[in-house]
Parts: sequence; C-alpha cells; structure tokens
Amino acid sequence: MATPLTAARLPAPRTGAAPRDLTTPLFAALALAAFALVPWAMSGGPSAIALLAGHAAKWPKYAAVVSLAPVVVASVLALVSSWVGAARLTAMFAGVALAWAFAQGFYAGANGPAFGLGATIALSALTVCLARALGRLGLFAGNATIATIVVVIGVLLLLFIFYPIGSALVAAFQDAKGNFAPHLVGERLFTEDIWGLGCFGGGTRCGVAINSALLATIVGLLSMLLGLALALVVQRGGQRYAGLMKVMSVLPVITPPFVVALALVVLFGRTGLITSWLEYVGIPRSRWIYGLPGVAIAQLITFTPISFMLLHGALHAISPALEEAAQTLRASRGRVFRTVTWPLLRPALANAFLLAAVESLADFGNPIVLAGNFEVLSTKIFFAVAGAQYDAGRAAVLAIVLLGLTLLAFFLQQRWVGRASYVTVSGKGDGGAPAQLPGKLWRGCLGIAGAFIVFTLMCYAVILTGGFVKDIGRGDMTPSFRHFLDGFRVEWASHGLFFSGSAWDSLFTTIQVAAVSAPLTAVVGLLSAYVITRHRFAGRRAFEFLTLVSFAVPGTVIGVSYIVAFNIAPLELTGGMAILVLCFVFRNMPVGVRSGVAALAQIDKTLDEASATLRASTWRTLLRVVTPLLRSAILVTLVFSFTRAMTAVSAVIFLATAKYNLSTVYIINRVEAGEYPLAIVYSTVLMLFMLAVLLLMQKFIGEAKLGRRGPGVVVAAQ
Amino acid sequence: MNAKVHMNNTAGGVVFERVTKRYNDVVAVDDVSFEVRPAQLVTLLGPSGCGKTTTLRMVAGLEPVTSGRIMIGGVDVTHRAANERDVSMVFQSYALFPHMNVLDNVCYGPLSSGISKAKARELAHAKLAMLGLAGLEARLPSELSGGQQQRVAVARSLVLEPAVLLFDEPLSNLDAKLRRRVRQEIRELQQSLDLTVIYVTHDQEEALAVSDQVIVMDRGVIAQQGSPAELYDAPRSRFLADFIGDANLVTGELIHDTSGQVFRANDVSVPVRADGVPPGPATLAVRPHRLILTPAGAGLLPAECRRAAYLGSRVEYVLGTPWGDLLVFDAGVQSPLARGDAAGVQFRPEDAIVLAGHS
Repeated sequence: MATPLTAARLPAPRTGAAPRDLTTPLFAALALAAFALVPWAMSGGPSAIALLAGHAAKWPKYAAVVSLAPVVVASVLALVSSWVGAARLTAMFAGVALAWAFAQGFYAGANGPAFGLGATIALSALTVCLARALGRLGLFAGNATIATIVVVIGVLLLLFIFYPIGSALVAAFQDAKGNFAPHLVGERLFTEDIWGLGCFGGGTRCGVAINSALLATIVGLLSMLLGLALALVVQRGGQRYAGLMKVMSVLPVITPPFVVALALVVLFGRTGLITSWLEYVGIPRSRWIYGLPGVAIAQLITFTPISFMLLHGALHAISPALEEAAQTLRASRGRVFRTVTWPLLRPALANAFLLAAVESLADFGNPIVLAGNFEVLSTKIFFAVAGAQYDAGRAAVLAIVLLGLTLLAFFLQQRWVGRASYVTVSGKGDGGAPAQLPGKLWRGCLGIAGAFIVFTLMCYAVILTGGFVKDIGRGDMTPSFRHFLDGFRVEWASHGLFFSGSAWDSLFTTIQVAAVSAPLTAVVGLLSAYVITRHRFAGRRAFEFLTLVSFAVPGTVIGVSYIVAFNIAPLELTGGMAILVLCFVFRNMPVGVRSGVAALAQIDKTLDEASATLRASTWRTLLRVVTPLLRSAILVTLVFSFTRAMTAVSAVIFLATAKYNLSTVYIINRVEAGEYPLAIVYSTVLMLFMLAVLLLMQKFIGEAKLGRRGPGVVVAAQ
Repeated sequence: MNAKVHMNNTAGGVVFERVTKRYNDVVAVDDVSFEVRPAQLVTLLGPSGCGKTTTLRMVAGLEPVTSGRIMIGGVDVTHRAANERDVSMVFQSYALFPHMNVLDNVCYGPLSSGISKAKARELAHAKLAMLGLAGLEARLPSELSGGQQQRVAVARSLVLEPAVLLFDEPLSNLDAKLRRRVRQEIRELQQSLDLTVIYVTHDQEEALAVSDQVIVMDRGVIAQQGSPAELYDAPRSRFLADFIGDANLVTGELIHDTSGQVFRANDVSVPVRADGVPPGPATLAVRPHRLILTPAGAGLLPAECRRAAYLGSRVEYVLGTPWGDLLVFDAGVQSPLARGDAAGVQFRPEDAIVLAGHS
C-alpha cells in the first residue's frame, strides 16, 4: 500500500528565525527603479533622478534637489534596511520618503509638477514597503499582507475621499484668489439664499437648504407610505403579485436618475401629452410640473422601489407565528395589524423614510430637469461651479450644508433605528401563513399600489416609445427612426464601420470607464471586506468606518470636492479619464464592502485557518480558498458597480469633459438644449443595455446557486 | 494497515513556557507551562471557556500570545505566523474546502509548500490510501459521510508530516457510535506513526480513552496534569474529582486519632487513607462504582433508595443517607432495589479520596 514516508522527502522544517522577507526590499527597489527610469511628472519629461542630475524641467535645479533628493535618499536607506531585515528602520525611512514626497508636492502646489507615472509607481511601492514593515513590527496582527491591504486601501481612501472633501472645506474659507478669508464663511453660509423661510410666510421663495429639506421630508414620508402599500400587497397578496417584486427590484438598478423626470416633462410639460388632453377638457396649460410638485413626483417614482425593497424585507422577516399567536388570542385582523405587524415594522419604516430622504437630498438628475425656479442644494452646487459664475467657495459652502443635512439624516437613522430593530434572522423558519390584512386596509393598499404601477408604467412607456416617434414633445406620434439614427447611426465607410451617430463617443467612453472601474471596485471592496471580517487588528473599526464613509456623501459633494482638490498639482487629474474611474471606484466601494461582508459571514472562518496551517500564505488563501467561495458576491459587485457607473450623474457631471463625455452627462446636455427625443432614445438604449447585463448576470449566478451543496456553505459551480 | 511508519524521527515535542493570552481585560490563558514529548498524545481537557482551545490555537499560530514562549521541535516559534510553523490542525468543523474535491484538499498543503504537482499527488494518494479513502479522490466534501470527511481532514493534515498534529474536538460532529470507533482509529494512527499530538476535548471519557497525558484546564490555568489513571484515581481537587468521571462529594472533617485516620461528616465517622492530608476540614470523594450496597443494618451508612434507573449492565441508584444523596452504580441487576427500600452502603478505605478543605 503506502510507500514508507520519511521527513527527508519534504523540505526540512525551517529552523531559527522566521524566513527572510524578500518582498519588502523588492518593493523598495521598484520605487528606486521608478525614480531612475520613469518620468516623474504627469507632463512626462525626465525621471526623478534625471531631474536631480540637472535635466531640469520647468523648475529650478535647487528646487528639484530640495524636493526630491530627501525622497530618493530615504528610499535607498529603506531598501538597505529592509534588505538586512531591520523593520523599524524600514518603516521609518519609507515613511519619511512618503511624507516628504507628498509634503513637497502640496507645498509647491501649482508651482511644481503634477505627480506622473514615475511618482505614482514610486509612492505606491513605498507605501507597500511602509505597510509591510509595520506588519513585521507586529501591527495588523503581525501579518505583512494584511498590513499591505489595510494601509494601501487606507491611503487611497484618504487621498480620494478625505483629501477632496477636506479641500472643499478649506475652499469655503478662501476667497476667489485662494487667500484665507474666514469672514467669508459666515457671509456665504448665513444668507437668505440658503436658509430663507419666505415661502412659509407668504413670501415668494425659501432658501435652497429649506427647499431641499422640505422636499426630502415630503418624498421620504410619501415614498415610505407608498413602499409600505406595495410591500403589503406583494407580501400578503400571495404568488399573484410576485412579478411586481421582480420589476421593482430591477427598475432602480437600470434606470438612469433623470428618466422619470424626462417622462414627466413629456406627459405634463406645457406641450405634454396629458396637458394637451386636459386642455380639451378645459384645464388650461401651465408650468406646474416645473417645481416642487414635479420634482417630488419624479423622486417618488424613482425612490419608492428602494423603500419597497426595505419594507418587503422587514415584512418578510416577521414570523407568521407571531401573527398567528395574536389570532389565536382572539385578536381581529385589524387588531393583529395594529398591535403586532405595525409595531414590528416601525424601525423599518423609520429606515425607509430616512433612506428615501437621503436619496432625495442627493438626487441630481430629477431636479436638474424639473426644478425650474424651485432650487435645491444639489443643482445649486452644480451651477455655482459650472455656470459662468465659477465660485468654488460658494459651491463648497453649499456642499457643506448638503453634507450636513445628509449626515443629520444618517445620524437620526442610527439613533432611531440603530438598536431598535426587532427583526431577527434565525436559521429556523416558523411555518404558517402571514395574516390577512383587514379588508379596508387591503383594498386601500391595492388601490394605491395599482395607481402607482399604472403611473410608473406610463412613464416607462413614454420613454420606450418616445424615441421612436417623430416628436412626442408635441404629440406627433408618427413612427420614426430619425432620433435613433441621429444618436446611433452606423455607416460603412471606406475604412470599415464608422460610428457616425452623435451618441457613440459618450457611450463608448461610459462603457470603457464602467468596465475599468467595476473590477477595481470589486477588488478594493472585497479585499476590505475580507480584512474587516477575518482579521483582528488595532484600528479595524476605524478602517471599516473609512471604507463605508463615501456612502454617506452625496454625489454632488464628491463632484465639487474632486474639482476643488484635483484641479492643481501635485494631484492634477481633472480632464482625464482616470478621475472618472477613481470617482466611481471610491463612490461604489461600499457596495462591494457590504456584499463581501455578507458573503464572508456565510463562509466558515476555519477554512482560512485551515489554509494557513497548511502552509499557505495569506495571498494564496485569498486566491485559492476565499475567492472561489466568493464567486457570487464578486459577480454581484461587478454588475452593481458597472450599472451604477453607467447610470451615475451627480458626481461625474462635474468631471466629464468634451473629450471624455459620459452617457448620462450627454443626455442631460440634450435635455438642457431641449432635444428631448434624442435624450429619450439614448435613455432607452442605456436601459436595455443594462437589462441585458443584468440578465446575463442572473444566468451566471443562477448556475452558481444550482451548484450549492450542503448547508451553510456557499459553493460555486465547478 | 502496513508496517509501522516513523514520521517524526527528526521532530521534537512542544514546549509551552509561561504563556499568557489576554483579550482586553479578560485573561483567557494565565501563565500556563507544559511540555509535550515526541510521539505522545496529550489531551487538553476542560469545561467550555477554560482556555483549552485558545491554547491549541496558540500552538498552531492562529492566536498571537500576549506573553511567554512556544517552542516546537526545539525552535522558538512564538512570533511565527501559522503558515510558518511545522504543525497541522484538524478542525472541529473539519474545514474541508467545499469547492475542492478530496484529492485537491489533500494536495493543498504540499502545493502551498512549493512541492511539484506530481509529487503532491503522490503524497496525497499515499495518505488517502493509508486512511482507507482510496477511490474517493474525485468526490466533493459534501458528497462524503461525516466519518469520511473527518478522515479526509486527518489525511490533509498528515500529508505535510508535521512535527505536531493538533486536533480541535475532532469527534464532536460525529454520532455517538461512530465517535468511539474514530477515537480508537486516531489513537492507533498516532501510535503506529509515532505522531506528536495535542488533542482538545471537553469529553472526559474521550480524554481518558486516547491520551498518554491529560492536562485538565480550568479558568485559564492548569488544574492538574497526569496520566489518565492518575487523574482518575488521585484527583487533586474537588473540581477534578467532579469533572473526571462521576464522584460523590461529601464535605466534613479529617481526624487523626489512635486508630488512624477517620473522616467524619454529620456525626458518621468512617476510616479512610489520607496520607499527607492535614487534619481539619476535608472533602471525601468516592466514585459511584466503588460504593457497595449491603443489606439494611449492615455497612458504614444506612441508606434508603430514592431513585433507581435500570441501564442493562448496571443499576444507578440515588440513595438517601446521613451524608446526603449518594450516587451508586451497582452491577447486581438481578434483584434491584425498589423506591423506598432500606439498605446500607460501604466502601473500602483505599477507594475513597480525601481532599483537604471544602472547595
């Protein structure tokens, strides 16, 4: 049977000190190579060492020496100390090199060169050196790999979330020339424009912050109630309404945020279909849709699916046994709902209200189409920097107000909902059917849900047909491919296919940006999730907070912050494609973190430990054990970040340029120019494209689920 | 199974030197020292929360120590990560990779160590054959029975020929019948391959059955360490007497008088052997099967049957006596006592253990 085995056939057990670390010096060497060989500045030109040697670019030689010599010297020292295994010295020198490089860059600002490829490689490599050395020193549970993941992601978050937001805060304290002017904050912050209460006292209009808060409250409340009615119908109505659930879960994912607003304009605008029809009946044309009512209706249709999903989940989690118990205790249907169902739902209702309110605050697409004279913060911020009146200070103050309102909503959510959730998910489900609703309530819900569905269908019908008729804006419904061909014409030219339609450029850029940022988002998000769930180290909570923070920041705030922060050296990124990718990666990262955390909770931690005791390195464990088991979560994250990147508008409208234009921005511009049909036809194309992506994903995930074997463990299909 | 195979001819044992593990303010393992000699099976035994699993995980490198030193095979490994230590672990859940088949699971360790694929397969096949798993290579873990999964986990750990093999409650996911068989298999494997094994369990019977040495832990410290027989026959404290096997515990007083040593409780005195125990407050511990039933009026203590449970091979009685209720295992199953019957109880002086103090 088995041949005799001896220890000699395996590598001899390692003795003495822990095995030598060659990776750290490798990264230090990489940094030095970048210093020597790769152009330091963004504009190209000489490498850092060439700059030192006198090939001065646009700055004087002494400046180059002062700026770069300490960085290069510290890096050499870091290489030497990592080679001999002195972790403390390595950490020190790598830290000094990094600190000096950033300090000189920010000190020089616009006077110095912007960090280019050489700087990026060198500083990244030095960050890895620093992280590994810290790990060797015993931080991050003494694991160099975990240290690398945490430090690198942490540095990226600091650079691309906290630094820009901080820059925007600073900009609020600066005058137009960039001088420090604290008195301006008060002037900018406490104005009638922002806080005015005129509309309540019979005056004409309110401040923009009051408008936003008012809109958010109305939309929050109404979409909570609408969502509840829909959730009750779907959850208590049985199989008959299950299809509704599917539609409601898909719509928000594939709908660009201004589509509903577009449909409303087509239906209810001055020359809208329904407006014209009403005129026959004797109701005169008006512009009522432009303003609070229009924005509120558009947001209701856009965000109710979100409250619906949340409340449906909460209803689903209420054990039928509780309601059955109440029934056996002689409670009527009405009493069961009043005393059991409703109280158990209350935390979820508060949650739905706040979530919809936060979405409304951050929404940009609907107000920009419909707001008219009813100004809200998100659009006001945009016009402060986009229009003729470029006023970064004012935009920054408005961004701070918007951020403040959003954080207030999240704070309230934590206070009200954080600990009050009664919903417990246990493995063992009680059998039994959920209680029937009292008759009146059921009919009411059915009526509301029906009206909502009809209205929503009408909006989507307008979008789906509007692009393929002559002029839906004026009621001319003759079928026509003119608008579609305007946007998406393809011609045979002498050199092959020629995409001559005006929309192709932006569509290709969008797909490209989304396709690049989606895998990056998945990697960054899931690595963070892995570190957060699987490893205990000092600062873990803080790291988790860092990774989730960008979720709470409205897109407009991020957009204006990016403009303020990345317009000048050393991090001069505006105008390029990289800033679009970065923006998407760090805005969508929380989605990856959360789906990763949820998926990892399903996978037994001992699998990682078993891998470690079998001599696998942390990277090997990640690659061979964790990644295959996370397959579904990876796919979900990929698709979500892809579709979110395709539909996002609020942040990127600040960052898109004529050269790198995005679909959503292109559509908004068409709307601004009054070219509704083209905007509508483009929206249709976008939605169909994303529906296809979604269906494709479901096919993949469906297969993965078929391969699930054994309880409690997610098994990917082979 | 084939001829005896020596695997650990170069490996030493494990030395655990004054190791402390603290989680914030909670001390999980408090200044614990012990040694595991090569080719021995040592069990860490104790109630849940006593620190036994933490101790095992510190040997594996899965928990960093707060202070102290751990040596494996004569090498200080205190600051080495789990994947840099010459140990392998069989987990309570087996932790078989659900997305890999049996062969890939067993090959995982060698491949991680940089061994070529062909060699890794050869090693894996040998171990799988040794554990009677030949033919199951292509199965997924979910397609195996609990006992087979357990053996795959053992094969996966053995394939690296580690200096020390760790078992964390390996039988807790098996049913009672299988448990007895598998623990014998583990013991046979350990003895035939001269493996150095640390084994964690909360089941005292399991510990007595498989171990060369048992280390009983209680609240983060070692309560007692010794061979199974030493622990059973000479527990050093009330906790140990109670924890290992069943014991009747009586609090009373030890008196040295002219006739020798006498244990006295509730006005009943019995002769005992208590060399080295000082006179004064004492606890008497007697195993239930060491108590002998006598007819009423005879014996050391008068007794009345309170409850009787017929278990086939023996009858378990609860008897009311002047010393309180005593548990008695009686092999005379032919004519069991009925509830309310009077009887007497006695025991030999050398069968009772006297412990100083009342706790």
